[in-house]
Amino acid sequence: MTALAALFVRDLRLAIRVGGGALIGVLFFLIVVTLVPFAIGPDLALLAQVGPAILWLGALLASLLTLDRLLAIDHEDGSLDLILTAPIALEATVAVKAIAHWLTTGLPLVVATPLLGLLLNLEPQATGAVALTLLVGTPALTFLGLVGAAVTVALRRGGLLVAVLVLPLTVPVLIFGVAASNAAIVGPLRFGTPFTILGGVALMSIVVGTFATAAALRHAAD
Amino acid sequence: MAMIDLANPTRFRTLAETLLPWLAAATVVAFGFGLERAYLAPDDYQQGATVKIMFLHVPSAWLSMMAWGLMSVAALGTLVWRHPLADVAAKAAAPLGAAFTLLCLVTGSLWGRPMWGTYWVWDARLTSELVLFLMYLGVLAVWRTIDDPTRAARAAAVLTLVGAIDLPIIKFSVDWWNTLHQPASVFRIGGSTIDASLLVPLFVMAIAFTLLFFTLHLAAMCNEILRRRVRTLMMLQAQAAGGH
Repeated sequence: MTALAALFVRDLRLAIRVGGGALIGVLFFLIVVTLVPFAIGPDLALLAQVGPAILWLGALLASLLTLDRLLAIDHEDGSLDLILTAPIALEATVAVKAIAHWLTTGLPLVVATPLLGLLLNLEPQATGAVALTLLVGTPALTFLGLVGAAVTVALRRGGLLVAVLVLPLTVPVLIFGVAASNAAIVGPLRFGTPFTILGGVALMSIVVGTFATAAALRHAAD
Repeated sequence: MAMIDLANPTRFRTLAETLLPWLAAATVVAFGFGLERAYLAPDDYQQGATVKIMFLHVPSAWLSMMAWGLMSVAALGTLVWRHPLADVAAKAAAPLGAAFTLLCLVTGSLWGRPMWGTYWVWDARLTSELVLFLMYLGVLAVWRTIDDPTRAARAAAVLTLVGAIDLPIIKFSVDWWNTLHQPASVFRIGGSTIDASLLVPLFVMAIAFTLLFFTLHLAAMCNEILRRRVRTLMMLQAQAAGGH
């Protein structure tokens, strides 16, 4: 238990202090959202209409941004081998690393959403809905992304490959995340229907992601 | 018992090489029969001769899904039973699956142009087939990027199994997404069941395509075994040259 806590604190510290993974993700998110009006024009009505989709796409890309290095760095400096040989279930280790990653990448995105919602002319209620769906959906992105990171852990240049492998798997999260946000804004569907399915998809992704990542790491090691 | 016998690559190759000519012959016969049937099949009263694209389109769609299923079973063979030929089977199936998925997308698009007036619509089926194609390309990328075959096999196996779990969810969510956006209108082709005059050629063509898949798959597996043998021999040679 103390080993897991130590790992958790270590990952948090690394994310906050070294390389600034946490802030870079939010910064990237902000830049993506800033670029959109340049691409589609400063029409506020149009921006409000596509706002939830833009926020979701930005969050999706931002949470993938820091993932490819998450396990690769540990692999390069040898700490991954130490983690693998530790007498703890690898699944628990993976879960702890994922939670630390989500706290430093996914959660800041959720916190930044209200501010970015203002830029996209979203109503307070709409912003709240998007933030809530991101809060539920981003853990799924972290856990699914971790599978891609584990599969490509030994590669020197895994960056783009992780995105190619992971993005198709995130289709359900994206669909229900955006659908729930839109349901809260324009209807006609009740917010709860897609939101509950999003929750189900997220829980499923967390379970599958944990076990698949552990399996990939175990097989990459020997 | 048979599975253990097949674990010996040499024995597998002997068996495969005796089987291959028969499989190839059966494929040719099935295609001859199926194409003749497809040629003689009556035109649809609404779609005209374009309905015959179905005889290529539907079997490739079916094979695009079967190939992933085969890869998933092979992935279990790699991770759970450590069967030495499982990763060979998985590797040989990936490009074939991708090819049939692409064939399905291309024929569907060519069929869609005269029928729906456009090459591509974001119909639920088309979209999930496209996502499946992207996932095949991802698996192929993994096979290409990781140079050690056993390591690549395990990475691809994990990815294939995650895909096998996620693909039904993707299918479900894309269906849900599409019905939300546009209720089924044009996409219920015909709306009724298919007539027997079209169903028989379709069935024969499905058998022909499946035979073709297994012929190509078996041949690709033999090639992969030989490729690995060449790789080992070259490494031994390099080792011998460096050691002395």
